[in-house]
This record gives sequence, C-alpha cells and structure tokens, in this order.
Amino acid sequence: MNGVHDMGGMQCYGPVEPETNEPTFHADWEKRVLAINLAVGRAGGWNIDQGRSARESLPPVTYLSASYYQIWWQALVNMLIAKGLICESELASVQSDGSRADVPLAATWEDLRPGIEQGSGYDRPTSSKPLFAVGDLVRARVMNPQTHTRLPRYVRGKKGVIAAIRGAHVFPDKNAATVWEPIDREPEWLYTVVFDGVELWGDESSDEIQVSTDAWEPYLESVSLR
Amino acid sequence: MSHDHDHPEYSELSEMDVRTRALESLLVQKGYVDPEALDKIVEYYETRVGPHNGAQMVARAWTDDGYRSRLLADATQAAAELGFAGRAGEHLVAVENTPQLHNLVVCTLCSCYPWTVLGLPPVWYKSAPYRSKAVRDPRGVLRDFGYELPSETAFRVWDSTSEMRYVVLPMRPAGTDDLSEDELATLVTRDSMIGTGLPVGAP
Repeated sequence: MNGVHDMGGMQCYGPVEPETNEPTFHADWEKRVLAINLAVGRAGGWNIDQGRSARESLPPVTYLSASYYQIWWQALVNMLIAKGLICESELASVQSDGSRADVPLAATWEDLRPGIEQGSGYDRPTSSKPLFAVGDLVRARVMNPQTHTRLPRYVRGKKGVIAAIRGAHVFPDKNAATVWEPIDREPEWLYTVVFDGVELWGDESSDEIQVSTDAWEPYLESVSLR
Repeated sequence: MSHDHDHPEYSELSEMDVRTRALESLLVQKGYVDPEALDKIVEYYETRVGPHNGAQMVARAWTDDGYRSRLLADATQAAAELGFAGRAGEHLVAVENTPQLHNLVVCTLCSCYPWTVLGLPPVWYKSAPYRSKAVRDPRGVLRDFGYELPSETAFRVWDSTSEMRYVVLPMRPAGTDDLSEDELATLVTRDSMIGTGLPVGAP
C-alpha cells in the first residue's frame, strides 16, 4: 500500500534529532506495549508481516503524529478486535464479558523464550532456483499493490545490480494476508539490490552514494543489455 | 508558547499509561497474556540485549582477524559465538567501514533493527526525519549527528526492507594499539554500529 509509512526520500520532516543518553524506554507503558505485542502473538495467531500491515494501515494523521509505541498499541488493539479476541466495549470498561476466543492459552515465559532467545528464521526450503545471479542488472518493478508490500516507492522503476542472494525467504506480500484469510507462506528468493544515488535521485545525488534494498524475486525484472 | 506546547508528552503519556494498563488487564482477564511473561520480556530487553553486545563483537573483530573474517562472512554465526542470538537477529550481516566507504543502516518502511546486537532501536531511528533522509542524503544525516566525513568518502546505505538485519563494523580508531578488547569495547558506540556516528576517539 502506498502509505505514509513509506518514507524514503521525503523532504518534509526536517533534520534528525538524536537524544543524548536515550533510555531504552521513555515510560513504563512502553515496556508493557512491547511485551504485550511479543506475548500475545500466540493467542492472536498473527505473524510479523500482518503486524506491520496493521501498523501501516492506521490513518495517516495517526501514523505521523503518534509515537512509535502508540502506533504499536493502536495496531495491536485493531488486530485483537479484528480477530474477535476482544471487543471495544470490553476495552472501554476494562471488564471481560466472559467470552474467550478459541485460541491457544496465554503464552508463558517458557513458551516464549525460544522465539526470543533463539529467534525463528525466515528462510525456507524451496525447490526453485534463483532467477538472478550476483552482478545481474535488474529493474525494480513498477507496482502499486493495495495491500502490504516491502518494495519501497523510491526504488520502483529504478535499475540496480544484484549484490547478494540471501536465500528463499517468506514473502511478506502474501504472508501479510488479512487476519481472516489463509496465509500463503510460499517463500521467494530474496536479493540485496544496489542502486546508484543518481539513478534514484538524479543529479542532486552523486556517484559516491549507493543505496540497497532487500527485494524478493517478484519485485524484480531483468534488464536486457542492448 | 503555552504549557501544552512546552511539554507535549505529559498528558499523552499518562493517557497511554491508563490505556495500556486497561489493555493488559483485559488481556489477562481473558487469558490471552500471562503478566509474569510480560515482566520477563521487559527484563530481557532491558538487560540482555543492547549495544554492549554489538560493542563486544566489534572489539573482538578489531583484535582477532580470524573473528573479523568470520563476522564478515556470516555475522549470525559470529554473533552466536559470543552468545548473541534471537529475535530480530536471525539473519545478521556485518558491513565494514573503510577509509573509502561509510555504511549507514536504515529501515525506511518501519523500524527493522538488529535487536540481538544493538537492542531496541532509539526513537530517532524510527522517526520520519531519519527514515526519509538516510536513503537520499546520508552525508546530511551524518551532519545532523555532528560528523563531517571527508568529501571523498563514499556512502553505502542499507535499507532493511526484509528480515535481514545489518550492523556496521566501524574502523578502529588510531592510537588504540595498547588497549585491551574490553577497553576497546567502551569506544564502540551504538551509533557507530548504525553508521550515524564513529567510535569514540575517531578523527
């Protein structure tokens, strides 16, 4: 979705403002929002791409004016309601109506530990072979899906070079199916594609700047050399 | 300027505190989260992960050429050698600064960041100014952080659009030959491993 979350190249936000000795959290509620997000996934049954999709689907004014943990809070509530785990009146009254969705029990720390301490990779076995090789010239497709994608607008239609093949990874565009749709976890080959600054931004950029994105094979097309 | 403008977060923070307590309470009542698990998660992210992990990794690479080679070949494995593994670090890549090339890591679409070696991202990393500017004007971003790199230095920006996670291996500052690995680690700042800064003592 072409949303305000896709920020690469915009010029309206002013300078970066680092905070000296920034703490990990700025308030206790931020800690709880982070923890709830990581803990409730088992009951919620959603994946990382669905979470991202929920956050970038917030109204633009909300997305741009809220702090990052506020965005997490709101997107989480939206997912919980969409999945029927809670309803708005329960949240307003802070009182369960006694119902419980037919989902797994609350995850304990022992349940959650492996995912947090060891992680879970996103590469998957595939029988297909990568279409592109390191050094190939490719073009990022011009595409504008209404749904979640990880191909930023600033590279669409631009030519770049395959710098690395990262393996076949879960494809976010399909993994981010809406919470009531079946999820397609068929992996796609993932590449790191390097673009020249001038290709992306014109003469205001320079030869000394290169930018890479990680792009799944469906985002790319080959460029024939003439 | 009104009081509200001077402290825009105040009412917001207390309101978010109330809303988050309400959400947690409801989720506990309904049996979707275990409050003890939440405490453990917070403890984990406040103590176990953070830039101190990445700093140890960089200092090891500065003092041990074999480790440096392994880090650049497979950073996930090299991080695991030092005990750093887990969520948002499953596919780690280390990228090396040289006198000719400066690396900068960003996530223009959200907030992807190598949690296992750098911890949770700072607010500015998730902010619109950084996410918009890093891919277009990396030299200008460095200036925002108070660094002016030589005009001949090339920039390589890594936009973290997948589950690959990037960490910068900065250059070891000159005049540090006598320092131990632990002493070197204290020079390695978080920002130097994102690419928005340099190690302490670098020119």
